[in-house]
Amino acid sequence: MMVLSGDPPRSRVLSIVLIVIIAALAVTPLVFPGAKAMNVATKICIFAALVASYDLLLGYTGSVSFAHTMFYGIGSYSVAIALYSMGPGWAAVATGIVIGLPLALLLALAIGLFSLRVEAIFFAMITLAVASAFLVLASQLSWLTGGEDGRSFQLPELLRPGTVLISKGVFGFELNGRVLTYYLIFAGSAAMILALLRVVNSPFGRVLQAIRENRFRAEALGFRTVFHLTYANCIAALVAASAGMLNALWLRYAGPDTSLSFAIMLDILLMVVIGGMGTIYGAIIGAAIFILAQNYLQALMSAASNAAADAGLPLLPGLLHPDRWLLWLGLLFIASVYFFPTGVVGRLRSIGRKPS
Amino acid sequence: MDARIKSAHDGGAYGDVGDRNDRLSGDTPMTLLETRDLTIRFGGHVAVNSVSCTFRPGELTAIVGPNGAGKTTYFNLISGQLRPSDGSILFDGADITQLSAPLRTRAGLGRAFQLTNLFPNLSVEENVRLAVQSQSGVHYDMLRPWMTRRDLIARADAILDKVALGGRRNVAATQLSHGDQRKLEVALMMALEPKVFMFDEPTAGMSIDEVPVVLNLIAQLKQDLSKIILLVEHKMDVVRSLADRIIVLHNGQLVADGKPAEVIASPIVQEAYLGIAPGRSAA
Repeated sequence: MMVLSGDPPRSRVLSIVLIVIIAALAVTPLVFPGAKAMNVATKICIFAALVASYDLLLGYTGSVSFAHTMFYGIGSYSVAIALYSMGPGWAAVATGIVIGLPLALLLALAIGLFSLRVEAIFFAMITLAVASAFLVLASQLSWLTGGEDGRSFQLPELLRPGTVLISKGVFGFELNGRVLTYYLIFAGSAAMILALLRVVNSPFGRVLQAIRENRFRAEALGFRTVFHLTYANCIAALVAASAGMLNALWLRYAGPDTSLSFAIMLDILLMVVIGGMGTIYGAIIGAAIFILAQNYLQALMSAASNAAADAGLPLLPGLLHPDRWLLWLGLLFIASVYFFPTGVVGRLRSIGRKPS
Repeated sequence: MDARIKSAHDGGAYGDVGDRNDRLSGDTPMTLLETRDLTIRFGGHVAVNSVSCTFRPGELTAIVGPNGAGKTTYFNLISGQLRPSDGSILFDGADITQLSAPLRTRAGLGRAFQLTNLFPNLSVEENVRLAVQSQSGVHYDMLRPWMTRRDLIARADAILDKVALGGRRNVAATQLSHGDQRKLEVALMMALEPKVFMFDEPTAGMSIDEVPVVLNLIAQLKQDLSKIILLVEHKMDVVRSLADRIIVLHNGQLVADGKPAEVIASPIVQEAYLGIAPGRSAA
């Protein structure tokens, strides 16, 4: 209970779903050691933390930021550039962290103090402007960032796929550097989500919800809301940058498309909304649903299309053709927002509750 | 903080409080809150026009005047929601004219709003708990779960019992009846434990049987002679029964100031306000 900061899932179905997702992620390297399954599981872990940090902003304080991928990118790039220029080694990883996190923090602090004083729309516009500028900067400063190509680098010895820590003979599976990296990411993401859960359920987090509800009144109660909002912005930025670092370690690469693009920003927004805003747990569910759909819908449709063709059904094989997967992904999102306006978590929580 | 401070116009109004002279001896009459030439203009319209007034602890001042006279604007200037165009506000010996609203609240200026102003989707208890949290100086604690601060929850519950909302503590504020929302508004201010209580038409829109709950609360707060109570109110019977002093605002100007009987009898008030609106009970 204390590890969840007194905020349990509050729904039996939700608890079961969460346990299944987390257990599946925990055993992925043992059960599905293939490269695709591992990539998907890693992305779910990293995005669960990234989306949870965005939920702190959007769901708890009600401020819309478009700069979340910028902080994600700062984390990715700082580790990538450090490992690229200093060579593979733990000193380089540490350098990346020591440079990346304070940079994200300072930028978030500056944006917050500058724009969170006034109406929320101004904050949204400023983050959009700063994030666009950062994206251009990252692709123009080729000598530092590698431009559009990004930076590929080698990991420290311990985390390389070739490093075998426990050979297959001992427990029946191989613990190599890749698996170790996965568990590093799994543990890091879990720690960040639990930390965010603690923050939103702290007295500070309660003030954030009060600001979302009625900022004027929160001020009249004696809360200097600009500081609360700025601190929330800083925490979200730190978590996003950390998630970016984990992402770079997994991909052994950082580039504009994998860490900075606005397409990722849209994905994050969708995951928050699908999972359920203002719940933190929604981030895990939203990330799992979204990323699984993104990666496996096409294969599923291909199978369904073939089955329909074999059965001789008209029209269906064409509709379910794998090339139409984006159409179905879109329909899936429209349906989920329509039927679960409060997200999956909000929906599941309201099922068990008696109408008052 | 709890020291009782002797009121400046000690006497008739408090004749029933026998021990008040022993509470604090050798203290000079003191002004806790003062506005000097307080003025605010909105474009060409002067909403509050050079209002100078002092308020002493232990005094309940009713602020009356017709609609649009600037009563709520005057409140907004004192509690910091608006900045004056001219003039200054002194509180507890310091000039607070430039202080932001949250800092004025922390300094001890409590405000209950005319139009109910709550956290609509948070529970009744959570509304008050937030006020208690602010009063306790717990602003940025992000390492402990909120429910481990049982002291804050207990204080919030005690205040809810005082305003007779204890049974509704788990309901969202938006689901309360209008009268209960007004009571919650008062509970938020009480939770702040301010030195100055500013009630802006606390009974407006309340059903007749709910009014006494709020009036009793104000009467109880009056017992504490270290507090200033400011009350904007239209109902003259309420004003007569509670106020030690009435000030009258008309077109943004202070036109009368004195004991209730004198003010009500004065010709300017009869003409400016009471003469035209003795029958009305609420805005």
